[in-house]
Amino acid sequence: MIEIVDTIIQGVLLGGLYALFAIGLSITYGVMRVVNIAHGDFMVLAAYLALWPVTHLNMHPFVAIVPTAVLMFCLGYTVQRVVLNRTMGPNFLAPMLATFGMSIILRNGLQQVYHADSRSFQIGGLGTDSIHLGESLAVGKFPLIVFVVSVILVFLTSQLFTSTRIGVALRATSDDAETAGLMGIRASRTYAIALAISFALLAVGGVFAGIRTTFTPESGPATLLYAFEAVVIGGMGSLWGTFAGAIILGVAQGMGAQFGAGFGVLAGHLVFLAVLAFKPTGLFERTV
Amino acid sequence: MLQVRNLVARYGDFQALFGIDFDLKQGAIVALIGANGAGKSTFLKSVAGQMPNKSGQIRFNSEEIGQLPSDRIVRDGISMVPEGRRLFRSLSVEENLTVGAFAERKGRWTLDAVYSLFPVLKDKRNNSATTLSGGQQQMVAIGRGLMSNPDLLMCDEVSLGLSPAVVKDIYNAFPQIRSQGLSLIVVEQDIDAALKVADYVYCFMHGKITLHGAPSDLTRDQISAAYFGIEDH
Repeated sequence: MIEIVDTIIQGVLLGGLYALFAIGLSITYGVMRVVNIAHGDFMVLAAYLALWPVTHLNMHPFVAIVPTAVLMFCLGYTVQRVVLNRTMGPNFLAPMLATFGMSIILRNGLQQVYHADSRSFQIGGLGTDSIHLGESLAVGKFPLIVFVVSVILVFLTSQLFTSTRIGVALRATSDDAETAGLMGIRASRTYAIALAISFALLAVGGVFAGIRTTFTPESGPATLLYAFEAVVIGGMGSLWGTFAGAIILGVAQGMGAQFGAGFGVLAGHLVFLAVLAFKPTGLFERTV
Repeated sequence: MLQVRNLVARYGDFQALFGIDFDLKQGAIVALIGANGAGKSTFLKSVAGQMPNKSGQIRFNSEEIGQLPSDRIVRDGISMVPEGRRLFRSLSVEENLTVGAFAERKGRWTLDAVYSLFPVLKDKRNNSATTLSGGQQQMVAIGRGLMSNPDLLMCDEVSLGLSPAVVKDIYNAFPQIRSQGLSLIVVEQDIDAALKVADYVYCFMHGKITLHGAPSDLTRDQISAAYFGIEDH
């Protein structure tokens, strides 16, 4: 019994990390109806960007998230304005192919600059400390921090969408970009803000992932896959749905891992496929 | 205030407008009448900046606006209530209205002003806009258009798909809407409604203007001829 509780708790905490991968993807899909194939690769880029102040300025990885997020925000805005806006139109494949191209360029570019060695961030004892919740139940401090940060960020992002001027403009653009134009909202700008927010969140996901495990220039596609699965399970474009989808994915992987090393990831895929087969619109209603 | 000269507009290879000349004085209500596909909506879209493929002159308050995108034109003071209302479906009634004020033009139109013009909307302000009846949705669309405090409000197909009683309610609001110098262009299929409310009428057929004048100067036969393309008996 206690093992099951433990598995679920660890799965939920892992889901918190997956939620950080997935929120950005959920935002860009929700606002632009574009699946960003390079999402995972940009997260790896964010991790490498954060590595610089950590190794050269001795900055704590948590602190390094801040400048990295600012940099990624600017990068997201620029990528949308310079590249993706030119591909937006009735053909949804065009922007998707553009992100596919960026994914290939990024992976090979990172390989060229940083080589294939795996890297990680060190946070000392905090990385392994845990809180005991009873005789045989313990929760890692770092996974708990990740989970709490994840909840806070999902909350703040959904507040942004419901309670701010720019958030309402983002939702209006998502509903009907042409009519939003009549209100004075220029879609090319709102799209750029959406990708900028998505990229800024990747800085958090990238650093946390790099603390939890290691990363290489090739880590992007797996990240994209988990993020994509979380978004689909939760329902496209719904932020809390995506969060719930990430938790479900984390728990499924944790449960699967009880049967053997490779079964964790497989169980996650099976849950994803089951949702796709029986409830393709996702488990939760669209709110963004 | 609005002066259009030799406006030509196309959808791809299809030419929708053939050299339209159009004038509007400040404070006037102008009705555009004509059959489906006559070019009325295309004309409004051209003025609102939604038709990229066009040529000719569109001057508004002596500024050339023909090449500006729609989000700039609303800042210059032209607001459009699009055909089919086009409310934002994931936004509440109140959010639809607030988003109408995105251009941040100052003036008398605020949430409270819209609610006092259409009191029924106040009770429904937290509802999703698409759960409202057709008439109430049209009120939201008009209110949203007013929230940018335009100098010119263009309403496409105000009465389409609405019951006569609701149409009457909406037209009863027009005198209040225009009371402070606001100009209106109204596209209307219902000729009687159009003639009653308008100071001036333009009749469209096959992308051209076939007749224009003050309602009192036009005869029924002239209008039928311009509308349907049939000769006087």
